[in-house]
Amino acid sequence: MKIALLGNPNTGKSSVFNMLTGLRQHVGNFPGVTVDKKVGILSIGEESHELIDFPGTYSIYPRSKDEEVVYKSISNKENQNYPDAVVVVIDVSNLERNLLLFSQVYDLQFPTVMVLNMTDLAKRKNISYSAEELQKLFPEARIVESNARVKMGKQHLLAALNDIPKRNGSTFLPAAKIAEIDDLETQQIETKKRFEKIKEAKPNFEQTMERVAPKTRQIDKILVHPFFGYVFFAVVLMIVFQFVYVFASIPMDLIDGTFSYLSTWMSGALPQGYLSDLITQGIIPGIGGVVIFIPQIALLFLFISILEETGYLSRVVFIMDRLMRPFGLNGKSVVPLMSSVACAIPGVMSARTIADWKERMITIMVAPLMSCSARIPVYTLLIALVIPNETVFGFMNLQGLVLFGLYALGTISALAIAIILKFIIKTKEQGFLMLEMPSYKFPKWQNVGLTVWEKVKVFVWDAGKIILAISILLWGLATFGPSEKMEEASVLARENGLELGLSDDEINQNVAAAKLENSYIGILGKGIEPVIEPLGYDWKIGISLITSFAAREVFVGSMATIYAVGDDSETSRSLMDKMRNEKRQDGTPVYSLATGVSLMIFYVFAMQCMATLAVVKRETKSWKWPLIQMGYMGILAYLGAFVTYLILV
Amino acid sequence: MKSSLSHIKNGEFVIIREILESSLKVKLLEMGLTVEKQIEVLYRAPFGGPIAIDVEGYVLSLRKDEAELVEVERIKSAQT
Repeated sequence: MKIALLGNPNTGKSSVFNMLTGLRQHVGNFPGVTVDKKVGILSIGEESHELIDFPGTYSIYPRSKDEEVVYKSISNKENQNYPDAVVVVIDVSNLERNLLLFSQVYDLQFPTVMVLNMTDLAKRKNISYSAEELQKLFPEARIVESNARVKMGKQHLLAALNDIPKRNGSTFLPAAKIAEIDDLETQQIETKKRFEKIKEAKPNFEQTMERVAPKTRQIDKILVHPFFGYVFFAVVLMIVFQFVYVFASIPMDLIDGTFSYLSTWMSGALPQGYLSDLITQGIIPGIGGVVIFIPQIALLFLFISILEETGYLSRVVFIMDRLMRPFGLNGKSVVPLMSSVACAIPGVMSARTIADWKERMITIMVAPLMSCSARIPVYTLLIALVIPNETVFGFMNLQGLVLFGLYALGTISALAIAIILKFIIKTKEQGFLMLEMPSYKFPKWQNVGLTVWEKVKVFVWDAGKIILAISILLWGLATFGPSEKMEEASVLARENGLELGLSDDEINQNVAAAKLENSYIGILGKGIEPVIEPLGYDWKIGISLITSFAAREVFVGSMATIYAVGDDSETSRSLMDKMRNEKRQDGTPVYSLATGVSLMIFYVFAMQCMATLAVVKRETKSWKWPLIQMGYMGILAYLGAFVTYLILV
Repeated sequence: MKSSLSHIKNGEFVIIREILESSLKVKLLEMGLTVEKQIEVLYRAPFGGPIAIDVEGYVLSLRKDEAELVEVERIKSAQT
């Protein structure tokens, strides 16, 4: 049996889903939209059933593209998700509004279970309701009370599903008929009629006049305060970033170490040859390149889902909406953009809460311009190389000021591009906010845990494949080259090394450098030299630009290989010395102020991250958007670096 | 006397008299903004940002231009 799970947002629908299915759930796709289709397996006695979690909606009629899946799935028997039965989760502290959706589903003649959820909240708010009276209103439905946050009501719900009554044609509205998806006129008349009937019956099933709980009002007085609201949000952001930076680096270093150990160990264990190289230099680092993102993604989603669960996130949307609107963005764009300061991947993934398609696209398109943590190693190296460590304006460190400037430039250009996209991207939908701000609650850890788990899984499986494929491609380009030339160069490097009496390590580093120079990537790097010369770069930088498409921080590692310095903690010192002494043919240093700053500007703008590209592809369901994104960011990077070099040289 | 919801001060109670015609009309209805319903304006975000209202026990935030579609009438305080 296929069972659909429907309900308004904030009714505890996902708690009900998690309570019923636990870990037996997986994420699939609804055709044509970006909402995830969460499917869980539900066992009742001997039988297993499929429980499909639909996006939370206030009505069966869609108000955004994503909500269309509800209408399309339940209005058409031919639809692959057409359910055999429907469970509608209802927040009892808000019966009137919740009954609209329920009555619509009921009138479609599905065998229906009404789950009266959040009974504890209702008690606290002194709301009394009558399940018997509701039963009179919907005689053919099964009504179950539950409090899914504490897993209360699971057995009743399973029993109800096991013995779900067949439908005999009873309807809430006489002669109810489903309206066409775009027939707003009829939908409006129908909605009005339903509410009139609900209101008429209301004195029977509910006796209290409700107001928002005083506790929620009190907390809101501070959290949405015109001044302290923003202060509080800033403090929350600071705490989140501290945690992400401090606690993500520990597992990231561990992952890094484990994978390079694995590579070394495998290359010792396997017979030498290209297969061994493919595994140790292509596949293992490729998988490592996927896994390395997990700590940041997990930590950011941990915080995002905690903030979401408590109800605070909707307050952030409330206070930020007005500030974001001039940029074609929405209050809901704030979390994706802020997350992107740590890493654009969770940033892009969290943009799906934005219901309006156009606002979501703009958010996704500009998110990678926010300076992420992978840019830090590049910035640090280049700043140390070309910016003098001195004090300006009496108290500010020039290096720190430049770093701040790079972050500011990223943010400003993200907002500027958003404005431009606002005029370019066309949409038929009219954007709106109309957002429920749920009462404050303590987070439910099972929901938080499952969200984190699901996001990580989606990233590893969906984006991971693309990342791995590009890693292997890059490995191939760096390993292979016109064979004779490559062989010659490495033999020459070895002989020279022996003549000079260098150590084994040093000789190996020189050989690696010679090989890279003569590989396909090396040839590519030299090939693009005329193109990047106006930016102040040479072919060595060209190679690193190509390799660091894998991820920005790879720039540093590639530079280390090219300049034949070891891959250890001493690297940055010796790499810096070598780069500092690098001269052009005319004797001037390669890494002048102009070249250094031009490179920094390049990294502010360029889409040097295949993982983000893969995630954008997943979230927009096409290659069109990631390619446009890579294109415009590339153009910005090139022009920005070009102008910078012109000014400074 | 009717006025637009967007002009109501924080802390005031009003009764909804009419939802103006627009493509958002159904959405406003679905969020529970039906004629004759009593609501209270709770707070508003600065710089002409959204306003938050109490719709019989839940907090709904609306942009200013969305609130302008709701015609209301002031009442003294909550009537039960």
